[in-house]
Amino acid sequence: MADAAAHAHGEHHDHTKHYVKIWAILLVLLVISILGPELGNQAITLFTAFGIAVVKAGMVVYYFMHAGDEPKYVHYFITTALAFMFLFFFAVAPDVMRHEGTNWRNDAAKEFIASEMAKHEGEHTGHDKGTSSGGAHH
Amino acid sequence: MADAAHAHEHHDDHHHGPTFAEKWLFQSTDHKMIGMQYMFIGMAMAAIGGYFAYAFRMQLAFPGMHVPGFGVVGPNEYNALVTNHGTIMIFWVAMPVLIAAMGNFLIPLMIGADDMVFPRLNRLSVQIFFVSALVLIASFFVQGGGFGGAWTAYPPLSSTPEYSLTPMGATLWVVAVALEFAAFLMGGINFITTTMNSRAPGMKWFDIPVVVWMIVIASILFMASVGPLIAGAVMLAFDQAIGTNFFDPNQGGDPVLWQHLFWFFGHPEVYVVLLPALGIVAEIITVFSRKKLFGYKTVLYTAFGTGILSFFVWAHHQFISGIDPRMANLFTITTLLISIPIAEMLFVYIATLYGGQIRLTTPMLWGLAFIVEFLIGGVTGIFLGASGADIYFHDTYFVLAHFHYTFFPIAIIGVYAGITHWFPKMFGRMMSERLGKIHFWGTVIPFNLIFIPLFVLGAAGQHRRIYSYEHFPDLATPDLQQLRVIATLALVTMLTFQVIFLWNFFWSMFKGEKAPKNPWRASTLEWTTPSPPGHGNWPPDEMPSVYRGPYEYSHPDCDDDFWPQDQPA
Amino acid sequence: MAMAKPIATTRSAAGMSTGKLAVWWLIASEIVIFGGVLAGYIMHRLGHPDWAYQAVHTNTMAGATNTFVLLTSSLFAVLAHNAAEMGDGKKAAKFLYLTVGGAVMFLIIKSFEWTYEISHGYTITASTFWAFYYTAAGIHAMHVIVGALIMIWVAGMAKRNVELQRVELIGIYWHFVDLVWIFLFPLLYIAK
Repeated sequence: MADAAAHAHGEHHDHTKHYVKIWAILLVLLVISILGPELGNQAITLFTAFGIAVVKAGMVVYYFMHAGDEPKYVHYFITTALAFMFLFFFAVAPDVMRHEGTNWRNDAAKEFIASEMAKHEGEHTGHDKGTSSGGAHH
Repeated sequence: MADAAHAHEHHDDHHHGPTFAEKWLFQSTDHKMIGMQYMFIGMAMAAIGGYFAYAFRMQLAFPGMHVPGFGVVGPNEYNALVTNHGTIMIFWVAMPVLIAAMGNFLIPLMIGADDMVFPRLNRLSVQIFFVSALVLIASFFVQGGGFGGAWTAYPPLSSTPEYSLTPMGATLWVVAVALEFAAFLMGGINFITTTMNSRAPGMKWFDIPVVVWMIVIASILFMASVGPLIAGAVMLAFDQAIGTNFFDPNQGGDPVLWQHLFWFFGHPEVYVVLLPALGIVAEIITVFSRKKLFGYKTVLYTAFGTGILSFFVWAHHQFISGIDPRMANLFTITTLLISIPIAEMLFVYIATLYGGQIRLTTPMLWGLAFIVEFLIGGVTGIFLGASGADIYFHDTYFVLAHFHYTFFPIAIIGVYAGITHWFPKMFGRMMSERLGKIHFWGTVIPFNLIFIPLFVLGAAGQHRRIYSYEHFPDLATPDLQQLRVIATLALVTMLTFQVIFLWNFFWSMFKGEKAPKNPWRASTLEWTTPSPPGHGNWPPDEMPSVYRGPYEYSHPDCDDDFWPQDQPA
Repeated sequence: MAMAKPIATTRSAAGMSTGKLAVWWLIASEIVIFGGVLAGYIMHRLGHPDWAYQAVHTNTMAGATNTFVLLTSSLFAVLAHNAAEMGDGKKAAKFLYLTVGGAVMFLIIKSFEWTYEISHGYTITASTFWAFYYTAAGIHAMHVIVGALIMIWVAGMAKRNVELQRVELIGIYWHFVDLVWIFLFPLLYIAK
């Protein structure tokens, strides 16, 4: 494990400006993702929120974690871990996310959802334009 | 990755030797000592798990009887016994001995390194593991007793104290399992990093002994699969202790989520324990048939293939819990497919034996027994993998006999194979071959007499996790009850024979014939060190370099019938 | 440390330093853990339109501020790495302490946020939405705390130009903690 002092002979350039630039871009993206819901369109909200999350994540991984400089197998570990997470989600969601399917129904969940929806009817949610915090108490 | 322990360490330096306390009471960072600590804890837990099996099998054979050495086994006791028997055998016997003990002891030695890359993290992992064992044992003594909701811990039974009747036991159980997971995640990082980075000069990827590969692949599988279950364990603990409702459908949760979280881990987990056992067998059959492994790369690639495929079969544990039948079809196909790479590996082993100069030493007997018994277990899995047949078989003793025919070779036969093979290296003395063979037959024959009757009982419809069949007239017939008695008597016989092993083990440790460096005339690197190896394994300026693969037996270019890896050409 | 490093730790047959290899493995295992939590949350959220009535009460401003705090702390962490690469241990330590400052700020904001929510009845048992909310953010916060503690330890050594390579390693871990929040933020605060 070579001591980083070996690089002290001026080999390593100062990348400060580069990192600050990336940070600034990340902040701009953050602002866009916050403003997304203000447009009131659910599709746009989801796109800005998660699309930007993915882009921000990619930038942090590539520029801050220097994942691009690592040997190929590091890319494989990370993509494999992510792939397993997608596998888990898509295989399990049909059972947990949905409340009925071929030959089965989850009555308890349906009743619970129905009663909750009735209880909160009339309250605003985050989908309403411009009212995203400090909502009504029940 | 760093640990926070800044302990003053004066162990094993050039200054003075370690005291007994320093060496044995969890202060050593030497991989060999840590490996042995895992091994001894695993052995002690195996005794507890075996004792539990004794108690519940006596109840099944002689319902209502006062079991000598235990007492009366009521329904709650029965549930706690079977739950903790399973939990202990998988998490506190199979994993620690096959992966942590063998891995810790063997990996640095077999790759030509002086220790693991993170010795203090290694020590921390065994300390946490020890604590996890204590927490589990504590759960048996709290009010309500030990958790009785099966090792699968399905909610709402496991999440609701009113149902489980073990308010503290259930939570301690979850905490113990979570600690065990943490210990193995830490250990896994050590095994993987050490194998990848610290190999001797000249040891390429395909010169690594199979058992090391298998332990590394097992660690990767464990790491990749345990994550969701750790999340689930936190959620279950919260449901139990704080009253959240992650798994209560009446409050917006979903119990099926737990099933998926558990089995997404639970299925790869069985390969996590199978692969190291297969690795141990590979080492043994090559040494004792004086032949190289028939297909090293085949074994390796099938191990990778099995590992990946193991992530696509888990719902075969849930065929009748209400999953969509189309999903069941998919999982049937993948489940039947996964039998192929494993059968492939067993074929490679049989081909390795064919034409070899077989020496039937005790380790070799265990290795051969593994192949035969595991084959039976694997074949019976085919029936269960077909979702249609599983509608009948699920939750019967057929399943139980299947997984004991796979787990017993893994956790017991594989362990004995490993211990008898590497005992000379660990302790510097030879075990008694005569006692070893008596112990072998006294274990393997009764094992079959326990579980063949259970296949029959399962096919007759006997369900699992029932403490007495007195109220099931179809299952309480004399001929079925007789099978239960046979199985129990066989278990008692088998447990008695283990005393011979314990005697052999401890007596040989102190009084056995002194072992040379390489008593089995094997070619892998661990046999080039003294028995037992000193701290650092080799003198620092004499660390080995590697010139060939690990199984060069009976090579035409070599005069001897084995060609050590570290000998220049 | 009284113990010498084993020869094993200094070898790099896989082409990367041992410490860095270990950190990447750690990241891979953490992806699976957080992935499990988040996947569980997403599945439930998509199946529970009623959770919209709960989720509306999360404090988007607090969440956004915390995102800003973590992104900035990540900047400091990578500037610490930059300094370490140039051999300037003192500067690296300074940036690491700034990163820890970000961690502390994050935790303070979160404490205020949670105190407000709990005192208004949105406790962990109020609804399974809140159960996921506190569990996911709580496990994340635990990683923030552990990361900050390790960072202080690494900074202490870096100040004396000892073990400078560890600056990069704790940085990689820290960026991962930031990454988890980058996904938690839209999930819990925006996609209500």
